[in-house]
Amino acid sequence: MIALDATDRALLRALAQDATQSASALGRQFGLSQPATWRRLKRLRDDGAIARIQLDLDLAALGLGVTVFLGISLAAKGRVSLADFERAVSAVPEVQTVQHVLGLYDYRLRVVARDLPDFERVLRRRIMTLPGVGAVDANVLLSEERLPGPL
Amino acid sequence: MRIDDTDRRLLRQLLAAPEASTAQLAAAAGMTEATCWRRLERLRSNGILRGQHAVIDWRALGWAVEVSLRITLDKTNPRAFDEFTAAARQVPEVLEIQSFLGRVDIRLNVIARDMAHYQQVYRDRILTLPHIADLEALMHLSDIKHAESLPL
Repeated sequence: MIALDATDRALLRALAQDATQSASALGRQFGLSQPATWRRLKRLRDDGAIARIQLDLDLAALGLGVTVFLGISLAAKGRVSLADFERAVSAVPEVQTVQHVLGLYDYRLRVVARDLPDFERVLRRRIMTLPGVGAVDANVLLSEERLPGPL
Repeated sequence: MRIDDTDRRLLRQLLAAPEASTAQLAAAAGMTEATCWRRLERLRSNGILRGQHAVIDWRALGWAVEVSLRITLDKTNPRAFDEFTAAARQVPEVLEIQSFLGRVDIRLNVIARDMAHYQQVYRDRILTLPHIADLEALMHLSDIKHAESLPL
């Protein structure tokens, strides 16, 4: 487990808002020299506190107006290998995220599409045809907000 | 603003490597550095490229449990949605609030240090949120794919 001090937490909070800030800008904000900030940022990355950098895009402006979350149960557990399903579902370009979960479903997918007819096409041609797919539950995303979390 | 194939190519490269320099992006997308810079500026000023944020690896920071709580609200109360959301924002362990059209009204992404801590958060902070009619939990086991691609 990575040990963080108050400055590390503040840096992580700032980067979770805006990852484009330079080490010198962050240093000024938190009263650190530029090299000291750079060393901390490097350590946070090397230690794995930051999983990745994600782009914030206006999907609707890019013609992707619909985001749907799918809960998927595999039909023939044991007969279809999880790895086969995971490989196939990860290759679908409209599928943004795949999470293996425990509960009512086996997998949770985030799917983007141009509109509802396009989503129906993706669902029929690309999702329902995946190896081992059983019941599928769909919820259309209306809004989402990210919170800073317990830092 | 109209997005053309060159913009899409640039965005695909940027999605694959969000921290690449303009020179690296230009080379990968097959354009000059000046064009690349101009295109990025245009995408930013038109609000299509809103920014970048760091995704924190909570597990690495000692938050081992992640649960997706799917919540149905008591919709006979017209204030249910707003009051629930406002209260959920006050819970530090809540990372995401999403609202849906479908069988589920709201989803909360909740983290905890371990199962004992999760149980405490669940009983003291989640079940006490207003207007919950029904609630089901999905325990997060692993990320197979995360949002690095888009059908552009």
